[in-house]
Amino acid sequence: MEIKKHYWNEYQKEIAQDDYFYERSCIRQTFFPGSEATFLKILRKELGKKIVDDPRIHTCTGIGYHSDIVPFDTTQVICARLFSLMNGAGLKNYVPSCVTSFGIFNEVVETWKHFPEELEKTRENLRKATGREFEIPDNIAHPSDIIYNFRKELKQKMKYRLVNKETGKPLKVVEHIGCHYSKIFSEQSIGGAEFPHVLAGMIEEWGGEVVDYPERRHCCGFGFRQYLIMANRGYSIANSKKKFESMKPYKPDFIVTNCPGCAMFMDKWQYTIAEMEGITYDDYDKGIPVLTYEEMTGMLLGYNPWDIGFQIHQVQTEQLLDKIGIEYDPQDKYVGVSGIYLGEPEKPKNLGC
Amino acid sequence: MSEKKIIIIGGGPAGLEAAYHLAQQNYKVTLLEKELETGGHIRMDVKLFPDFEDASKVRKQLSDKMNHPSIDLKTGICVNSLFQEGDKWCVKNDNNTFYGDAVLLTTGFETFDASRKEELGYGIYDNVITSVEFEAMLKTGKILTSDEKVPQRIAFLNCVGSRDEKVGNHYCSRVCCINGVKLAVCFKELVPNAEVYCFYIDMRMTGQQYEELYRTSQEKYGVNFIRGRISEAASTFNKRIQLKSEDTLAGLPLRITVDMLVLMVGMEPSKSTTLLAGQNDIKGAYGFAASLGINRNDNQTLKEGLFLAGTCKRPLSFRETIADAGAAAIQIMDFLKKAK
Repeated sequence: MEIKKHYWNEYQKEIAQDDYFYERSCIRQTFFPGSEATFLKILRKELGKKIVDDPRIHTCTGIGYHSDIVPFDTTQVICARLFSLMNGAGLKNYVPSCVTSFGIFNEVVETWKHFPEELEKTRENLRKATGREFEIPDNIAHPSDIIYNFRKELKQKMKYRLVNKETGKPLKVVEHIGCHYSKIFSEQSIGGAEFPHVLAGMIEEWGGEVVDYPERRHCCGFGFRQYLIMANRGYSIANSKKKFESMKPYKPDFIVTNCPGCAMFMDKWQYTIAEMEGITYDDYDKGIPVLTYEEMTGMLLGYNPWDIGFQIHQVQTEQLLDKIGIEYDPQDKYVGVSGIYLGEPEKPKNLGC
Repeated sequence: MSEKKIIIIGGGPAGLEAAYHLAQQNYKVTLLEKELETGGHIRMDVKLFPDFEDASKVRKQLSDKMNHPSIDLKTGICVNSLFQEGDKWCVKNDNNTFYGDAVLLTTGFETFDASRKEELGYGIYDNVITSVEFEAMLKTGKILTSDEKVPQRIAFLNCVGSRDEKVGNHYCSRVCCINGVKLAVCFKELVPNAEVYCFYIDMRMTGQQYEELYRTSQEKYGVNFIRGRISEAASTFNKRIQLKSEDTLAGLPLRITVDMLVLMVGMEPSKSTTLLAGQNDIKGAYGFAASLGINRNDNQTLKEGLFLAGTCKRPLSFRETIADAGAAAIQIMDFLKKAK
């Protein structure tokens, strides 16, 4: 990437070093079910950190809030209850898995800073509804912040690098940052809003090369009002298409994102575009694999790709695994956790496997 | 010859002009300039708007007047302290101290650091440059992209660092609109077949002959003007610059790829302006020096014997600066006569 000045250096933030309270995402466990489990494994096994995964967590209301279905008063109380769970675990560092949630929590806390009466109202509402009290977290960090923060330590433990094993050249990686990670509160993003470095830092540290393409900062295509309102879904796929067309000349080896919606839409819309128009964005009609940052980290640490959940992806990842030289057993791809063969899904017409 | 001595801090157009007027009236003037050459920002210009007068010729005319026997020009003097001591003004740098009966601050402006507008990619993409860099290229007689090609499509963006809440500068820098028109015309004269697009908020053609030049740029040179700010600049695969904007007259989003993007950087107070104004409790909005009144007494300050001229007060054009320097000289002479 053509970088003369490292803007991102000016945007650093405090990231807690240990003792995290983890809030799972509503949608990630369906879209990329191995990602969150992989993150917890990395933190506990590789980094030896304490992280509490509380089964009582619930929505942050993010999607409903941004769709004008859930009023802000409700959102504040829901967030307050989640903070209360964190307090109950004796922790002060909040780690929401989802980028939308990350934006919501920062918005709520920022609101309370500027409007203390909102904080008091929320305390009162939570007390009335649940009998609970809460304290604002000392630190709110996205899991991608934490992986970024420990990227050098993780590199020491990695079995693979983001390098083409045949050519020895760095893999070309498109990184896509969730809008609500960096564009709402740029000071909460490593690297700021225009040149976020949270994923680029991981890619560069682990041997890859970041692709700086013209539509790098463009929306992935989720954009709540584009997708959640059925009549607007044409806008959603049009946005994704614009990005794919823009990145295609650079021949990226894969895409990595830090947002549930971005990973989902950039993966699934490739299938849809292939079916609708017969177009794919790689040279082999297989599409560009889309990984979450946890999957990318786990893959390089040498975790079994099928334990990470690569078989759930729409664009298949074997082409990427082969490029890096990652060992895997194709026979295990559709074997469930119980050891039972689950059967192969129907193959798409135009997107090769 | 009067025994009264005036110290002028800043050897740009305002300082040079005022020094000459005061010297002509037999006052002793010490002119302190931090650079090794006088002329200030005019040294970087090729032509002046709106009449395309040769900037180096104008600068030479101003500098030649410094040979006046009553003017003691000292270059390479970066003033870091200014204060009153009894009925004298004391001016210091690291090694020297100068005393005067009056001081004229002509410490001027600095151009806005375009890298603060991160979305425009200055400092990242080779073919995103500032108006100062473009003018420097014009001096060589060649406008070339980073790979030494003559650009065939070029965009100018007005108001970079001005009228911009995000960077904290609400004010208009006054000269960028007409300077952009001037640069667009200069470029079209060099590369007549090239396409030129100027993105603007408003075209503020408030000076004499400005509106005429704006019209000529369109009718004679075919320069295109688009009312809209650029929200994002990004490099394409072949190192061109993709721009995103909105044509607010057409009400449509706009995406265009150009060979070069020129950022019309606005004015901010120079570090010396902010420092010396701060030391004397005359720091005004945005760090410029504050005069006693904008409508009247615009060269005087709250401090008796401390005067202001030129762009240390606010953005001004060259011709306004020259007029302001003359006015300041009269005010100073008036003050010194009364001081007798």
